[in-house]
Amino acid sequence: MPLSNINWFKYAAPQTFYDLAGKLIPWFAVGALLLGIAGLSVGLLIAPSDAQQGDAYRIIFVHVPAAWMSMLLYLLVAFWAAIGLIFNARLASMLALALAPTGALMTFIALFTGALWGKPTWGAWWVWDARLTSELILLFLYIGFLSLHAAIDDPRRADRSAAVLALIGVINVPIIYFSVKWWNTLHQGATISMTKAPTMASQMLLGMLLMAGSFWLYAIATSLYRCRTLVLEREEHAAWIMKEAQ
Amino acid sequence: MTGALHLFTAMGALVQRDLSLVLRRKNDSLATLFFFAVVASLFPLGVGPEPKLLQLIAPGMLWIAALLAAMLSLNRLFADDFQDGTLDLLLLSTIPLPLAVLAKMIAHWLSSGLLLSFAAVVLALQFNLTGESVLILFLSLILGTPLFSLIGGIGAALTLGTRGGGVLLSLLILPLLIPVLIFGAGAVEAHQAGQSVAGHFYLLGALFVLSLFFAPLATAVSLRIAVE
Repeated sequence: MPLSNINWFKYAAPQTFYDLAGKLIPWFAVGALLLGIAGLSVGLLIAPSDAQQGDAYRIIFVHVPAAWMSMLLYLLVAFWAAIGLIFNARLASMLALALAPTGALMTFIALFTGALWGKPTWGAWWVWDARLTSELILLFLYIGFLSLHAAIDDPRRADRSAAVLALIGVINVPIIYFSVKWWNTLHQGATISMTKAPTMASQMLLGMLLMAGSFWLYAIATSLYRCRTLVLEREEHAAWIMKEAQ
Repeated sequence: MTGALHLFTAMGALVQRDLSLVLRRKNDSLATLFFFAVVASLFPLGVGPEPKLLQLIAPGMLWIAALLAAMLSLNRLFADDFQDGTLDLLLLSTIPLPLAVLAKMIAHWLSSGLLLSFAAVVLALQFNLTGESVLILFLSLILGTPLFSLIGGIGAALTLGTRGGGVLLSLLILPLLIPVLIFGAGAVEAHQAGQSVAGHFYLLGALFVLSLFFAPLATAVSLRIAVE
């Protein structure tokens, strides 16, 4: 089929999106659960202890995927918010709003598990290291996005104002990502990279990738679910929703 | 050529208008200054009057106090004009909105950031800073406080007419101003530690130039969203 024949905007209509998301959510949810079980079994039961950190390192099976998702989800929030702002697309703005709470949760999990790991390893719950600080700022940005949205009564204005804020905050994501390279601080650099062989045991890597997949699917499932709820809330007077409710 | 001249006269007139409004209501600017002085005086009472310690924390503390004081006056940047309809006229006028917004930010800086920078010099003497450190502090504030008005302007436009505007504004803007605080206070601390301050000033200058370009644009977009 030639590209021009595809209707790119089919799922931009809340009604078709609502049906599609309803069908997809169970698959993503089950996938998240299965990958999560597999990832945790590999991570907690099979992977060897670390030579330097003992068993304390096992928190990375939650910490690293959560930190990845916290940054990725912010980029997605900003992307969909921008689409909503530029093309005045309602569904894109709703998706941005639906992604933000999951992103904030991931940021919180990354900070919290980091603190649990830092106490036995660094001897402190918290240090004012560049990566920790910029991740904390990311949490503030998520909270700012959500509270600005909540403070404006008109949903369309709220979408667009919050989108401007999300776009300004995007500057922070590369700062977090490169902070361990730019500043020589306490937080260790990346162990996994696309360009060279990983410097960790293969079971550890497998566990981490499984958990990352699980977090990814979890984020998709919850965001789609939240977005469906937003569609119901905002389009409550549309004919198809009246029919759905019967 | 006449077009550009016309723009500059219009911007000048806007700055003049805002400044004369400030002069007729001196209370607002004075309250900002006194808030700055009060917060700065709280620190020695809170952490104890040990001169060595105070000298150490003075740069960061004065920067934080200036930041908080600037936040106080920010939510009035557009609110009065929004209420009495001036903002609608600005939106409809032939001056490009980002330039009109920039004029208002300049007036805001002259009536808050500039005054705070001078006040900081006096307050710094209370904390045993050496003459050179005071000079560095003053210069870093002169370069850094315009960022409060520029980036703060975006927040003021976004929170225009929302519930709980003042607190929300600080919640949105303070995280964005953290880099300014780090490099601004860092310059003075580097000087105290006997290191070069050039790097900090370069980064502050880069932040200033970037914001000078982008902040009026973002503020103009936000204002149009808020007023439409």
